[in-house]
Amino acid sequence: MAVSTTAGPSASASELGSLFTTALLTLFIMVAGIVVSVAFAAGAYFLISLVLPAYKLIGAVAVMVLGVAACFGYFWGSNRILDTIYPASGANIAANLTKANAIRPWLFLGPAIVILTLYLVYPVINSIWLSFHGPTGQAWVGTSNYEWLAADDGFRESMRNNILWLIVVPAAATFFGLIAAALTDRIAWGNIAKSLIFMPMAISFVGASVIWKFIYDYRPPGTEQIGVLNAIVTSMGGEPQAWLTIPLWNNFFLMVVLIWIQTGFAMVILSAALRGIPEETIEAAIIDGASPFQIFYKIKVPQIWGTIAVVWTTITILVLKIFDIVLTMTNGQWGTQVLANYMFDWMFRGLDFGRASTIALIIMIMVVPIMIWNIREARKDMK
Amino acid sequence: MSTAVGKRPALVWAVNLTVLLLVVIWTVPTFGILISSLRDKDQIAVSGWWTALFPSEQNIVARTAPPADAVEEDGRWVLRGNVFEGGSGRISAFGVSIQRPSEFEPGTQAEMRGGGTLTVDKNGDYVLAFEEQPEGRRGERIFVTSLEPPKFTLDNYRTVLFSEGIGQSFINTLTVTIPATVIPILIAAYAAYALSWMQFPGRALLLATVVGLLVVPLQMSLIPLLRLYNDVGIGKSYIGIWLAHTGFGLPLAIYLLRNYIAGLPREIIESARVDGASDFEIFRKIVLPLSFPALASFAIFQFLWVWNDLLVATVFLGNNEEQLVMTGRLRELLGSRGGNWEILTASAFVAIVVPIIVFFALQRYLVRGLLAGSVKGG
Repeated sequence: MAVSTTAGPSASASELGSLFTTALLTLFIMVAGIVVSVAFAAGAYFLISLVLPAYKLIGAVAVMVLGVAACFGYFWGSNRILDTIYPASGANIAANLTKANAIRPWLFLGPAIVILTLYLVYPVINSIWLSFHGPTGQAWVGTSNYEWLAADDGFRESMRNNILWLIVVPAAATFFGLIAAALTDRIAWGNIAKSLIFMPMAISFVGASVIWKFIYDYRPPGTEQIGVLNAIVTSMGGEPQAWLTIPLWNNFFLMVVLIWIQTGFAMVILSAALRGIPEETIEAAIIDGASPFQIFYKIKVPQIWGTIAVVWTTITILVLKIFDIVLTMTNGQWGTQVLANYMFDWMFRGLDFGRASTIALIIMIMVVPIMIWNIREARKDMK
Repeated sequence: MSTAVGKRPALVWAVNLTVLLLVVIWTVPTFGILISSLRDKDQIAVSGWWTALFPSEQNIVARTAPPADAVEEDGRWVLRGNVFEGGSGRISAFGVSIQRPSEFEPGTQAEMRGGGTLTVDKNGDYVLAFEEQPEGRRGERIFVTSLEPPKFTLDNYRTVLFSEGIGQSFINTLTVTIPATVIPILIAAYAAYALSWMQFPGRALLLATVVGLLVVPLQMSLIPLLRLYNDVGIGKSYIGIWLAHTGFGLPLAIYLLRNYIAGLPREIIESARVDGASDFEIFRKIVLPLSFPALASFAIFQFLWVWNDLLVATVFLGNNEEQLVMTGRLRELLGSRGGNWEILTASAFVAIVVPIIVFFALQRYLVRGLLAGSVKGG
């Protein structure tokens, strides 16, 4: 770092020219590195596939190893090229080091920037462009996709359900997480309890959907119920219900699945925050005769508002993108459609990329406030 | 805190019971499919999985050996045998007429209508005794109420692994997951190092961009990338999905690793620089080994996320035998085998068992990663 500070910005023309050559050289080494390493890996794969004709597992392992090797090869190779052009020895050592240090960060960042741009930045721009185009993305249709969206019943239903999800799921998961965190910290077997409550985090949404569909299973009255929920209802003398088909309420039965998954996440983070509360504040409250409930609600919770907000927003983002649970449990039938599934519908069944992109943009717009808030918080943190 | 609670036993009980209730609610659903997947498929359809945990009462009708086979013992003619005929179980009651199949306690003596006395023991052994030598080739009927011990089987797993394609999907998922976990780590680690310890213009802007990209919904990228992939010719290929998962996981990877690498002690890196080590060497020999906990955290996240993903796999991979991943297969089974719970539960359990093992084995790193990602930053 001490070396690189010599390269201060200056306005002279020759400086600008050298900046240009530096940029060009950076680009050249980066591209050369990527092309060479990818070509090398592809060539090696071709040779291997000649020797080992059976694709399947051996091929997959080979591609795996070669991919990682190509990745490492790029970093190693591009650094070698740079060191060859500006060797850290000889007469111009100081100047060489300065120049090399201006280029090297970009070599390190190169693949990341390329991939982030291609996979996240470009799609945002492309989606905006697509939202003004027809089904195949060729004909310009102006704002007609947006007009269609504003009048569409399916979109309204999805929007209503998404808002319900946004209200219920983050609140419920955070609430249960907070309760679980506060209680498990006080008992001897708390860590085991935490692990078990946390476990659904590891289960896929599809797996969780199977698990809960089994709980909601419905058999006609008179036959024995094999779903837990209906078994409980009938054992208390109620009528069995086909839970997932009851309008409006079925949304809540789907939400339960996500709450079940996310409570563990909320619990883990809130538990760490609760432990971080200075002991003195709690001791003072105990001396003043506060009850455990007062300590919790008036002393502890106010001190972890920041963390609660983080948990809340994290789950909110997840809820905005909720897709798998709805797709596998009801596929949006019986009034359970949500935005992400509706978008998927228009993409694969409606085959209208313009409309699907418009729906995706709506999800994006809903995320933007959280994005801005996150960036501001992160910048505060880094200063 | 324990001081405040310790004085109130009632409160301690309430806390323990509440946690127990939470734990039960949070584990029972998973437990339910585990038990179901081990049950006989005909049983799953007619009784709740919880009944499989307890011995079930069954009424069976057994027939004794033909009376003509009775042997003389102490002046009586006796027939011996076991009502289970090779099986095992526990008798809770028995009877000699169909109207009252559980009239007698095990061990007591019952009068047969056709003469003779019958005793059935708890383990099913019966003794049928006659005063005179009996005749007839037809054995007497015995009605027993037996408690069958819970019966479990691995048949469902055999079915799903070998004939429902779950085994193949398992391999496909593995093929997707491993490279999609390793590649982003390497790329992100270099980027995180540059963002932490190298000086260059635009660093703060780049960091802010990464934080912003953390929350970009996946849905945005699907259509543009699908079009791009089809143009380039890597639609429906493993290369395509690896790169897609790399792209979607990269912001979190860079963010987590930067938080960690930026927190490494400055002296170590400075002194290595003074000793003439290049950034490449510092990264490889010092930063990479020291960052192991952060690398592990991200690796677990990415592994769980890729393994459990349905959306990316549905969009970027095909629907054929060679490419259908486990989540996709499970979704397909839910559609085609919606009522066959023996297949669904066993498949679901195969799909969730790997992440659960990873989760319990490496929970420490997962928690650390969650905390680094959420509490410290944004």
